[in-house]
Amino acid sequence: MSETTEQSLPADDSDIRRMTFEEALAALERIVADLEHGEVPLDRSIRIYERGEKLKNHCERLLSAAEDRIEKIKLSRTGKPEGTEPLDLG
Amino acid sequence: MTLLDEPQTPASNITEYSVTELSGVLKRTIEDRFGLVRVRGEISGFRGRHSSGHCYFSLKDERARLEAVIWKATYAKLAFKPEEGLEVVATGRLTTYPGSSKYQIVIEEIAPAGAGALMALLNERRMKLEAEGLFAAERKKKLPFLPRVIGVVTSPTGAVIRDIRHRIADRFPVHLVVWPVRVQGETSGEEVARAIAGFDAIEAGGPIPRPDVIIVARGGGSLEDLWGFNDEAVVRAVAACSIPLISAIGHETDWTLIDHVADMRAPTPTGAAEIAVPVKAEISAALAGLHARQDGAAFRLMEHERRAVAGLARALPSPDMLLALPRRRLDEAASGLSRSLRLGLSDKRRLFGEAGARLSVTSLEHSVQQKRAELRHADACILHGLQSSVGLRRQRFDRVASLLRPQAIAAKGDEKRARFDVFAQRFEAALAHSMEARRGALTTAGRMVESLSPMRVLSRGYAIIRDTDNNPVTRAADLLPGMSFEVEFAAGERRRAVAEEDGAPPRPRPAPRRRAAKAAEDQGSLF
Repeated sequence: MSETTEQSLPADDSDIRRMTFEEALAALERIVADLEHGEVPLDRSIRIYERGEKLKNHCERLLSAAEDRIEKIKLSRTGKPEGTEPLDLG
Repeated sequence: MTLLDEPQTPASNITEYSVTELSGVLKRTIEDRFGLVRVRGEISGFRGRHSSGHCYFSLKDERARLEAVIWKATYAKLAFKPEEGLEVVATGRLTTYPGSSKYQIVIEEIAPAGAGALMALLNERRMKLEAEGLFAAERKKKLPFLPRVIGVVTSPTGAVIRDIRHRIADRFPVHLVVWPVRVQGETSGEEVARAIAGFDAIEAGGPIPRPDVIIVARGGGSLEDLWGFNDEAVVRAVAACSIPLISAIGHETDWTLIDHVADMRAPTPTGAAEIAVPVKAEISAALAGLHARQDGAAFRLMEHERRAVAGLARALPSPDMLLALPRRRLDEAASGLSRSLRLGLSDKRRLFGEAGARLSVTSLEHSVQQKRAELRHADACILHGLQSSVGLRRQRFDRVASLLRPQAIAAKGDEKRARFDVFAQRFEAALAHSMEARRGALTTAGRMVESLSPMRVLSRGYAIIRDTDNNPVTRAADLLPGMSFEVEFAAGERRRAVAEEDGAPPRPRPAPRRRAAKAAEDQGSLF
């Protein structure tokens, strides 16, 4: 059994929402490794399986949240940014 | 010129000038003679632009020094800016400054004196900045794995931004914000430095998205073309920037100072795009793979537990199996029981048969005859024994009888008889006295009995109530209304009567008086 998962398993899974993609992916990898190792008690394995599902959903949400957009900073006369405008690359 | 003046002046053919005239002649001569020259020398005493916008410094070599000036308008158009210590080839016009007896070159163009000179300068600057620790590996920031917004400092037109855009769209389309800068020319370094600082100054959550990573990119070019990215201001801006930064200047072989200070150096702008974002499809596949592994592992775990339970369940004996052994023992015992019962029965029957066979009338008769013979024999023995015993006892009696003496017995009898006579007299007297006393007591008791006889009571006017069964009735409750009874008077005379009212006291005979009283009560009730 992995001590890391043992320690880092919080009471609920609300921490997942604040995770970066990398953190969530790493947590999911640990859970998968623990499950594959097969030495997790049954009730705990169910618990971490559910957490793994949530981590996976969070990762997918982050992947799909990225915007396909390109903009250009509008600069004032003094060179300060005033906002953005679409950039047409032609 | 006049005659009067001549005697005052010494005779000389040398033309006399005023200082101004001479300075003017000199100025014309020099400007005509050195209308446009190229001069090679090291920039010295360069202190940047004067507040007027002009630049003043000198060009020097081992033995000489030439004052130089770059006018404000010219400076702005310079492709390459003068730098202290740099060996340059300056093109310009010589002129004089009559006010202080000086000559100088007014530079119109300036260029490094060959690549070697620039490289030497670059090397010197690199070592200086390195000594400050700006290029240290521990300063490098980790790039985000999955940036949401990428800031790009480059020209908004041209191939570079298009290449970056396409490569990022191919891998993982994210939000690009371009900070437009000139990537060439004397202002480029300053603009790039401002852009980097500008991105870093954007607050998260504001109208302009704050980038998670910055790419500073430019296409390939000569050393002079890329010179802006060696600008110390650029290096310091990158070092101060809190957002991870990727530099991608020129081709892979082109190294500029920004490459040293950047958190990651990409060989090309396209390479920067590849460093900045992962391939979404690969991540999705990896995520899907992880998910499948999780499902598989969880399934196997459950399956393992399920098999363990099933195995245990199988190992658990069934109730039939559990009872099989005792049942078999019971069956064996039961079957053994009937067999042994039959066996025992037949055994007993056999014994009985044998005994029965032995039990016959002849054997009985035989036994009787035997017993009878024994009896006869015993009878004979008794008679013989009796006869011998009587004979023996008679001899002993005769012997004892001969010893008896009647006189002694007679004397003893007389004495006893005298004592007996005395006691007989005393007994008769006592008996007579006792009889007398008892007779008196009997007479007294007889009188007492007579006085207590109910018959005597009846003769005094009492009567006995008897029910139909001739039992005396002593309580009025025993005599229910309608019951017949008898009244016994003295001398056994009897009269029959019937009980009337319930609970009423014995009604006195004179009824009319009672009726009158009752009438009086009735009348009384009228009032």
